[in-house]
Amino acid sequence: MHDAGKIIPGLAFFLVLATAPIWYNVASGHGAVVPEIEKPEGQTQCVADAAFMRREHMQLLLEWRDEVVRDRARVYVTADGRRYDKSLTRTCLGCHQSKANSCDRCHNYLDVQPYCWECHVDPRGGL
Amino acid sequence: MAVNRRRFFQLTGATALGVASSQVLPAASEERSPGPARPADKPLVGQRWAMAIDVGKCREEEDCRDCIAACDKAHNVPHFDNKKDEVKWIWKEPFEEALQNQSSQFQAERLRHAHVLVFCNHCDNPPCTKVCPTQATWKRDDGVVMMDWHRCIGCRYCVAGCPYGSRSFNWRDPRPHIDELNPEFPTRTRGVVEKCNFCEERLARGEQPACVVACKEKALIFGDLEDPESEIRKVLRERPSVRRKVALGTQPQIFYLL
Amino acid sequence: MIERALTGDRRYWGWIAALLGVITVGSLFYLRQLTVGLTITGLSRDVTWGFYIAQFTFMVGVAASAVMVVLPYYLHDFKAFGRIAILGEFLAIGSAAVCGLFILVDLGQPARVFNMFLHPSPRSILFWDSVVLTGYLLLNAVIAHQTLKAEDQGTAVPAWVKPVIYLSIPWAISIHTVTAFIYQGLAARPYWMTAILAPRFLASAFASGPALLILICLLLRRTTRFDPGEKAVQKLATIVTYAMLVNLFFVLMEVFTAVYSGIPEHMAHFQYLFLGLGGHAELVPWMWAGLVLAVVALAILLRPSVRSQARWLAVACGAVVVSVWIEKGLGMVVAGFNPSPLGHVTRYWPTAPEVLIGLGVYGIGALVVTILYKTALSVRGEVA
Repeated sequence: MHDAGKIIPGLAFFLVLATAPIWYNVASGHGAVVPEIEKPEGQTQCVADAAFMRREHMQLLLEWRDEVVRDRARVYVTADGRRYDKSLTRTCLGCHQSKANSCDRCHNYLDVQPYCWECHVDPRGGL
Repeated sequence: MAVNRRRFFQLTGATALGVASSQVLPAASEERSPGPARPADKPLVGQRWAMAIDVGKCREEEDCRDCIAACDKAHNVPHFDNKKDEVKWIWKEPFEEALQNQSSQFQAERLRHAHVLVFCNHCDNPPCTKVCPTQATWKRDDGVVMMDWHRCIGCRYCVAGCPYGSRSFNWRDPRPHIDELNPEFPTRTRGVVEKCNFCEERLARGEQPACVVACKEKALIFGDLEDPESEIRKVLRERPSVRRKVALGTQPQIFYLL
Repeated sequence: MIERALTGDRRYWGWIAALLGVITVGSLFYLRQLTVGLTITGLSRDVTWGFYIAQFTFMVGVAASAVMVVLPYYLHDFKAFGRIAILGEFLAIGSAAVCGLFILVDLGQPARVFNMFLHPSPRSILFWDSVVLTGYLLLNAVIAHQTLKAEDQGTAVPAWVKPVIYLSIPWAISIHTVTAFIYQGLAARPYWMTAILAPRFLASAFASGPALLILICLLLRRTTRFDPGEKAVQKLATIVTYAMLVNLFFVLMEVFTAVYSGIPEHMAHFQYLFLGLGGHAELVPWMWAGLVLAVVALAILLRPSVRSQARWLAVACGAVVVSVWIEKGLGMVVAGFNPSPLGHVTRYWPTAPEVLIGLGVYGIGALVVTILYKTALSVRGEVA
């Protein structure tokens, strides 16, 4: 290989630089900080179990969205027969009183930008 | 202002948002007890929703805008100073433009100078849904011509295809131009088309459309054409009515009682 | 092969740099349109399509017109077009790309454009138009690539390419027919709802496309060692002449039908275009200029002794391109919206950002065509 003496250290330097944020978090312990979403007061049950909601809430919301808008199926029935209105603002935020401490805290941490709130209105938070 | 909304969120604290909300939100929603919303028990169910408008009754109150205001409030319809950006769901047009085929210069003053309410005709054979390349607008089995604002790509083919000029496009972010934000209904984002939805969200709750409820003259009659006993069928049996541009075969479902 | 576009003289790189400059300016304004919305254009509630969609329509014509070179060469074995066939195909590729981009910049939610394929809607002509345009782009890319590769390596063109070429001929007709169907199927817009719109589109396309190709040939003849051949250029000129005559004839038929029948909603659009309506006459001087240019072009083209002189031919072809551009790229779309279904006339004129975004799109098309032409001419050793 031509210029192996430059290329290999160069590649190594690039790898270290590109993975620097990971090493920084490992060293400083920041990586272990995981945002905790605020639990709704006086409510014990969600429309599904916490593990499922953590993993699949976005999928569930997309399904609700299509079913309400396109199929007029507005009622969600859980496996154990509880009935809910398929609504982000009325059902989800009915319990999770603070959008900032539920949705945003996690989304900001992960730097994901769902566009729900470009149209839907936080019933308590103005824009 | 280059700061977009999301950035604005990150920059301001909860206090600032709290202040903003107290200005725009009705007190009722803040008082609602916490907990998930219960599904509505009794939606209004129909097979072919339609509306009749009593042009004469509507005219009795010359400057009345009750129905328009109610609709705009219910659906977060924005108001722009600039006509170019205009968005409207229901508005008034001169009789001779709204009902071109029914107009003549010798007809009664009350018609000739009337301003007629116009909005989406919820056609039985809608030309707008046919042209949509993403099925973002379609006719439901109860006759409501719906829009899916999540899916609309903003090509505006439906606007070109509507023979009634009933559709509006969001040329810019409408949020800053909404007089009083209604948290019960979404706003739109820039770049999508919108129009009257026959208050489908109210029908689902068992309520009549907002414009119908708002009209003190009871000039708007909403009902199911498939139900022979409905008020709208009764009034259409008893009084002559016209519709806009029937020759195009779109089968508009808004009837004007002359 | 394409690496040959990476070498060139100062003039070549100057041209590339200029195009990149135009593209950069257009991109910056497009970023602004993305963040602020289409409000930065001159469009409004009543005139919802304008400059972008009109350019799309005009360029579909240019793309389709490649068939006027491909058909005589491959179907009738008209040898004189041998040197320019690939130029026509490359022009079609660049034009089809421009068409797609003009649709994209016109969308309110461009990030959702794939909804068209996630939720295909066979009842929508726009769906079919995206299908035929994409197909046309691919067909021409395959054909041009295979023929050029064969030329480069001194081998015969693979046998399977022949049927692809034959398929591209009706396909070219289809792209402009389907584009016309977008408009002429709308009961809402009497100006567009005319059975002659598709034939009219094809006629104006077969005039403006070959006219543009002649101008390109003349330019390449001056700036490179490429020689299209006088016979080829004159044959193209004949095609332009007939197509322009047919186009003018079709336009007059439209005017007659609307004006003599006297149906107000058909007549109103012509009044708006040629006389002005409701106090709006922005397009009137343009439309008359377009008509005058068409007549001037025909006066030159109809006399073989005049059109055989390169300078006059260039003037005539320029006049044809500008005349058709005014008709399709300026008047056609806006006139459909004025007056509106409720009888209102709304002023529309493209804004500076709108025009600059449009120029950026044209710049991308010109860049694509430049690179492809450079490759083709380098393969043939015809670069200056």
